[in-house]
Amino acid sequence: MLQQLFTSFIAAAAFGIIFNAPKQSLWKCGVIGSIGWGVYYYLYYFQELNIIGATFIASFMIAVISQFFAKWYKTPMIIFSVAGIIPLVPGGLSYDAMRKFVENDYNQATQLAAKVFMISGAIAMGLVLAEVINQVVKQSTIQRYKQNVGD
Amino acid sequence: MERNESKTYDVIDVCLLAGKIMLMCGAETYRVEDTMMRMAAAYGMEHSHSFVMPTGIIFSIDGKDPTKLVRVTERSTDLSKVTKVNSISRQITAGSISVQEAYQQLKAVDEKKEMYAGWIQTTAAAISSGCFLIMFQGQWQDFFSAVLAGGFGFICFLYMSKLLQLKFFAEFSAAFVIGIISLLLVYVGLGNQIDKIIIGSVMPLVPGLLITNAVRDLLAGHLISCLSKGAEAFLTAFAIGAGIALAIGFAI
Repeated sequence: MLQQLFTSFIAAAAFGIIFNAPKQSLWKCGVIGSIGWGVYYYLYYFQELNIIGATFIASFMIAVISQFFAKWYKTPMIIFSVAGIIPLVPGGLSYDAMRKFVENDYNQATQLAAKVFMISGAIAMGLVLAEVINQVVKQSTIQRYKQNVGD
Repeated sequence: MERNESKTYDVIDVCLLAGKIMLMCGAETYRVEDTMMRMAAAYGMEHSHSFVMPTGIIFSIDGKDPTKLVRVTERSTDLSKVTKVNSISRQITAGSISVQEAYQQLKAVDEKKEMYAGWIQTTAAAISSGCFLIMFQGQWQDFFSAVLAGGFGFICFLYMSKLLQLKFFAEFSAAFVIGIISLLLVYVGLGNQIDKIIIGSVMPLVPGLLITNAVRDLLAGHLISCLSKGAEAFLTAFAIGAGIALAIGFAI
């Protein structure tokens, strides 16, 4: 588990370099990548949760923390979320699917491709849910502010 | 009256420049629109309309004469520029810099090339390939092979995207190189699990930014941007897959 956290930290920070993120935000990318991957790894390998569920929760966590960081450091959220999302992308499965296609095993290949599609959907839904929560929180704070001001 | 009109022109120029930089560097479409309208509002142009697509920006200020169009042909990923434009736009909305100052600062950001050097990027890609190998349950003895394959693949990607203006060929050739190198390494005996090595080394090419942007644009209601970015992401992934498939096809 520890080596997973460490490698995911390095990988996410390296992705920050590839996307040319500012130097001072590289370690934050690393932290987010490491948290996201840690959540995924724990749920998938230790709790034996379905891979789609694990991906969903991990991407949700990444989006929430990125929003928090974006507010805190006053930088666009995209810097943080991108590096965190990358490890969750089902690279291995889509590779397997591609390989089965090449080997003319279309039944297996379409099954794997459908799974890839579901996992990508889970990543997207995790991001969506975090955004929804963000908007709800924002709305309620604005309303509270208006009530306090009294108009 | 004349002075007023020239001010409108200046504001439009500033907004368009900011929008162009953000769009070229991989910001979300809705964020570009939002930033441009906020900037215009901060300069007293309350009703502005901006229409941003991944390939161009149309911007107009309500009731005023000029409507301008900017075409964006090159798109790359440069998050530090996005951050800088973001901080300039914060200053503008806070009212602390004038139109001319903003224009000069934006121009400086636009012209400056502050990418990490190629070898740093390549090293980062190589190391991240190795790390991804471990994350995907590979063995430590394959670490070095993944670093090699990922590094050479990324060099090929950088070189090809500079050499050719074709969009998906760079990814395709990089994936092909990765496939060939991994096959060779396994053949020589340096690597063990060919699958894990290839998966790990391909990860730096994955269009992660496009995927997240497409989703966020969809949420903001920009259906056209979402679809076109989604298509770009899908085609990039397909190019990578095809490159790998070709390499494996040679081996079988």
